[in-house]
Amino acid sequence: MAKECMIPIGPFHPLLEEPEFFKFYVEGEKVVDADLRVGWNHRGIEKLAESKTYEQDVFLVERICGICSTSHPFAFVQAAEDVSGIEVPERAKYIRTIIGELERIHSHLLWMGLAGHFIGYNTVFMWAWKYREPVLDLFEIISGNRNHYAMFKVGGVRRDIREEDIPGLLKAIADVEKFCSMLVKAVMDDPVIQARTKGIGILKKQDAVDYCVVGPTARPSGVAIDVRKDHPYAAYDKVPWDMIVMEEGDVFAKVAVRLLENIESVKIIRGCLKKMPKGPIDAEVREIGVGEGIGIHEAPRGEVFHYVRSNGSNYPERHKIRAPSYMNVPSFKKTVIGESIADAALITASIDPCYCCTERMAVVDPASDKIIVSSEELIRLSQEKTEEIRARFRK
Amino acid sequence: MSIVEQIKDRFKDKVEIFEKSKKRVYVTAATKEIGKELVRYLFKETGARMSIASGVDTRPGIEILYHMAFDRHNLIVSVKVLAEKPECKMPSFTDFMPAAEWIEREIHELLGVKFIGHPRLETLLLPDDWPEGVFPLRKKTFESYQENVQREYK
Repeated sequence: MAKECMIPIGPFHPLLEEPEFFKFYVEGEKVVDADLRVGWNHRGIEKLAESKTYEQDVFLVERICGICSTSHPFAFVQAAEDVSGIEVPERAKYIRTIIGELERIHSHLLWMGLAGHFIGYNTVFMWAWKYREPVLDLFEIISGNRNHYAMFKVGGVRRDIREEDIPGLLKAIADVEKFCSMLVKAVMDDPVIQARTKGIGILKKQDAVDYCVVGPTARPSGVAIDVRKDHPYAAYDKVPWDMIVMEEGDVFAKVAVRLLENIESVKIIRGCLKKMPKGPIDAEVREIGVGEGIGIHEAPRGEVFHYVRSNGSNYPERHKIRAPSYMNVPSFKKTVIGESIADAALITASIDPCYCCTERMAVVDPASDKIIVSSEELIRLSQEKTEEIRARFRK
Repeated sequence: MSIVEQIKDRFKDKVEIFEKSKKRVYVTAATKEIGKELVRYLFKETGARMSIASGVDTRPGIEILYHMAFDRHNLIVSVKVLAEKPECKMPSFTDFMPAAEWIEREIHELLGVKFIGHPRLETLLLPDDWPEGVFPLRKKTFESYQENVQREYK
């Protein structure tokens, strides 16, 4: 009889925005139970935000996440504007949308590259990251920074997009679209990737509703929610684009949704650059009134939620922050049980919070506390499985 | 019938509705039980999605706001429930809404609300050796401020 064994994954890795600690209980190769523990990087930002002014808080929340550094300021400024109903100038709305969508492309490409590495497709890893570079260059042209763009402020944006930059940006965006379409075809038509990712880690529609998952974890399971469509803000209702929804709920569907969303993001950016009206970029807010405000934004990983209670002073009375992974990670308990340990790394990765934790995976025998399988071993296991499938296809 | 009208129709004077704008509605429930009933109704019968819950430390108690998002109506209804001090007890909403599990653990450790019926009320964010009875998100009361001052001058 197979002995039950615990596999700890995590908690730290420098690439993570949220360190998490996964415990997998396995019998042989099958995962029979899973548990997780978070909080290793709890920085007390909600408390800190109460002691800083609204202007400072924008920079503070920008530093919550290094990869999607615009999503938190985006939601926070909307929450602050919602308190006293501040109207943002039209041009600022378009610039905000462009920044938000560029960020989605770079985040999804980053994810795709790491997913490729995990299943042993290092070519996907290299190419996806290569094509991510021009997107970061676009950020540098617009904001002066490759990461942490510091573009947002309550009432508008800090920097304008110069008219003479727009033709160059449109050309660069066309290149990005070419790369993304190529990547869609290369990844989705590959029989080995299909065999490796189809039918594993399925999140059923009812589970997705019960766990209230958001973004690219909900949409592949047939839950058609997207903050950009459902609660239109910024310029998302002014340009044409489609919401990508799949029904299967497996890892392949999650890959497909993210890859196809890149193309939609390109559409949004192009529409915004072409339609952007002239005018001021800042409403020059002098004070935030008394009251409550809610701001939401569709970050690359799903809905970001900020709640601000203002008492009329310069400082928020309460600032609640909820990142999308907070809702998505618990659902992973439903997807990983019953799968093999070689797939666990990939399923964990498919939610996109904690991919990099897997590098700290180690199989420990509870009786002797001896490490049996290390992190590299687990990635190797996953890559070997792909090799096997690949060999089968060659025959 | 709009969502707000449905709430009015079903709960009548048990709730107080404040329509801040077309997209944001705040509903204050008279008691905790009515709050739970209302959230259950919104989640199970009208198809709302729980975005998150926020806990706010106020003078009479910990105010908990369940933010329910209606994705088809472009609307967020925030249900306000008060857990009175000093006990700060609340019924747990996890029996019909598994998504509330983490946030209730978080409010429990950061604000000190006891969720009755929660399957696993352990620490989520704070370290395991965090001292008992210290709640980081509670406001400094005048009394605790005075105590500090007295201690300093002794």
